[in-house]
Amino acid sequence: MQGITKNDLIIRIGGEGGEGVISVGDFITQACARAGLDVYTFKTFPAEIKGGYAMYQVRASTERVYNQGDIFDVLCAFNGEAYNMNRAFLKPGTAIVYDSPSDFTPDIPPGVHAYPIPMTQTAKELNNPRAKNMVAMGALSVLFNIPIESLREVLTTKFSRKGEEVVQGNLKALERGRELAAALKKTDPWTIGTPKSKQEVIVMSGNNAIGLGAIIAGLDFFSAYPITPATEVAIYVAKHLPKRGGTLIQAEDEIASISQVLGASYAGKKAMTSTSGPGLSLMSEMLGMAFMAELPCVVVDVQRGGPSTGLPTKHEQSDLFLAIHGGHGDAGRIVLSVENVQDCIDLTVVAFNLAEKYQCPVLLLSDGSLAFSTQSVPCPNPANYKLVERKRWNGEGEYQRYKFTEDGISPMADPGTPGGLHIATGLEHSESGLPSYTSANHEAMQDKRFSKLKTVVNDVAPAEVDGNGTADLGIIAWGSTIGVVREALQRLRADGYNVKGFYPKLLNPLPVQQFEDFGASCKRLLLPEVNFLGQLAHFVRAETSLRPESYTICGGMPFTPEMIVNKVKEILA
Amino acid sequence: MNAPLQPHTHFNKVDFKPKDFKDEKTPAFWCAGCGHYGVLTGLLRALSELGVDPNHLVSVSGIGCSSRLPYFVNSYKMHTLHGRAGPVATGVHLARPDLAVVVSGGDGDGFSIGGGHMPHLARKNINITYILMDNHVYGLTKGQCSPTSREEMKAAVTPYGGMEEPLDPILYMLTYGATYVGQAFAGNAKLGAKLIKEGMEHNGFAFINLLSQCPSFNELDTAVSFRNACDELDPAHDISDLNAAMNVVTAAKKAGRIPTGLLYKAERPALHQRMAELVKRVGGHKDYDLKKIIDLSRP
Repeated sequence: MQGITKNDLIIRIGGEGGEGVISVGDFITQACARAGLDVYTFKTFPAEIKGGYAMYQVRASTERVYNQGDIFDVLCAFNGEAYNMNRAFLKPGTAIVYDSPSDFTPDIPPGVHAYPIPMTQTAKELNNPRAKNMVAMGALSVLFNIPIESLREVLTTKFSRKGEEVVQGNLKALERGRELAAALKKTDPWTIGTPKSKQEVIVMSGNNAIGLGAIIAGLDFFSAYPITPATEVAIYVAKHLPKRGGTLIQAEDEIASISQVLGASYAGKKAMTSTSGPGLSLMSEMLGMAFMAELPCVVVDVQRGGPSTGLPTKHEQSDLFLAIHGGHGDAGRIVLSVENVQDCIDLTVVAFNLAEKYQCPVLLLSDGSLAFSTQSVPCPNPANYKLVERKRWNGEGEYQRYKFTEDGISPMADPGTPGGLHIATGLEHSESGLPSYTSANHEAMQDKRFSKLKTVVNDVAPAEVDGNGTADLGIIAWGSTIGVVREALQRLRADGYNVKGFYPKLLNPLPVQQFEDFGASCKRLLLPEVNFLGQLAHFVRAETSLRPESYTICGGMPFTPEMIVNKVKEILA
Repeated sequence: MNAPLQPHTHFNKVDFKPKDFKDEKTPAFWCAGCGHYGVLTGLLRALSELGVDPNHLVSVSGIGCSSRLPYFVNSYKMHTLHGRAGPVATGVHLARPDLAVVVSGGDGDGFSIGGGHMPHLARKNINITYILMDNHVYGLTKGQCSPTSREEMKAAVTPYGGMEEPLDPILYMLTYGATYVGQAFAGNAKLGAKLIKEGMEHNGFAFINLLSQCPSFNELDTAVSFRNACDELDPAHDISDLNAAMNVVTAAKKAGRIPTGLLYKAERPALHQRMAELVKRVGGHKDYDLKKIIDLSRP
């Protein structure tokens, strides 16, 4: 069987929820990563629990991959619905592997390479009807050169807990799928390339990586409330935090979660919660108290489609207004946003460090696409992370919790510290913490709380500038849109366009000078983001002299590189 | 980190008189004749009898007249948001189970805006002491009906009289699974002190309802009317019998009486103990090798 090696291959698997779509995707992802390929996955599933169309897309490459890609090269359809859902994306050259005989007969468009595989029938013949997905995976592995040794290893490891019989049953179905595919004539050009080198990697979803980052950062206390698409952060932490002696509680609502977090923080511990937009709305009042009482805390918002209940399982970047300004009164926060799984680990550590140093809430924005996207990242070494602890009172003199200091940061005293008795209150207060409503005091205290945030910009790595010199067009991107822009810029440059990218991770306080410097090097600016209002564009226009052109979509899906490429070409035409 | 600790590590540490537990910087500033003074007196007496080290005591409150109480107590303290004292105190306690944590707040704070939290403090058996300072009215906003106000109360937002059935905090807490439930008239500081002291010694969630008159905004429930309506529990009352406790309360309610004393007490592991067991079961400790956790995500 011959194929032209394509170093970058996208396989989409679609079927009914519960048919093993997700496991096949996971196995292929794990096997590719184990073999040394870079992987990036993308999944969608229905908001309902039973049935419905489930989709898992794996992008594997010998080069670094930054996003889910434009569209798939290979479709594996477990049923008619999966075929119909993707029928419109089939183009000349695409390969399709589908269940046949089955309840559907696909009308293969011209130029599409079709490989019928009797998935259901073979699984039945093997007296293992649940192994339909293994037959499919076997066929895919032969047709597209998925590293088979790694595939057998991950499959064996995964099923070993269920006993030798289950392992053998699944391996047998896998091999049968391989035989069936080997008997077909391969006509398409798609074949996964051979990895150049094998690096020590881990494979994690964005949500799990945030959990890991928190544990590396020294998390002591986590309060959880279930919400799609953030729940997996809590699930990961629930599993591993007790090993480090930490505490996880599931609260009765998000208000209780953030309240418990502030209680734990007052008690001297590193505390966090994770949620999505609706939960963050509920937390707004308590986040104001965290700012007022100067209590460190980390809140993760895995954004989903809004407003209101919105599109719970879909992707959107529309909580930036809420994250920066949600809540009453003038309240400050630090807001970070993550691009990929690597950021989910690294910036969660940064979030804790900033919370501890600045004694204020730190919000970390992730999004629905990144939440479930699994990516291979270099195996982190915990010793490489610098951890920051809050400044604590040294016991000298009379303790004043909110003492005016040069940098606005007043030492804290954990309960149990002799002489450190004080009150943390949401009322405006004097240096000692007692209520004080005088004009002079309120102005001085607001100034203290805000001015301490002036140096935050120095504690976060500068926004990455992608490209050099003066560009005809610069793209400002945030969150997982950054990965899409990276690839779009590569393609545009290959086509002779002079373009640059700017990727801020610190969104509040906005690193204004970095924006200005970037803007000065570009003739025009474009700011693509997945929300209706153009939320980052709004802040950039308000806080800098830049006037980026807003490019917004809000269809529940991330941008593709192709969309960005087309938009840029349209602008520069 | 959050090691399992004996619940009462910091008791019997000081030989303080009740007045030594007063915060010198902030004398109590409720209205003259307010029942809350009686609550404070009872609390200070309980703290003195327990000999609790103020450095390891955390007083937590929400918003309302009663929620000013922590200011007057010599301790670490948090004056939080309306209705949220319970979950904040939960966080303090679970993060540092060695600390003694006391919550105080009003009927509106605890059973209206904060009502959603009460079942979970009780059923989870959070090892804190919750003192409800129940004056059947919103005082800080100058007199509106609260969830415990009498139906007939005429107040600022009910100028023609109320229309709603009041709830009984005691019945709720018994139903929610609180493991220590007591009630007293705030003016009976002796009984209040006894209930608070035993509540703080109790391993688990202790709920104490102290009926407290509001001379400024509640004409229906006065110190005299509260005192006259209170009946101390029959010494033969079985505090381990949940049904008996419910029956006493419902019978008294019908008769327009208020049963006082310890109504119910049960022994059940508190949540922090269950959590400590979990940490032990997984072999958890603060130096657990992070690499072992990271390695689980290798492909």
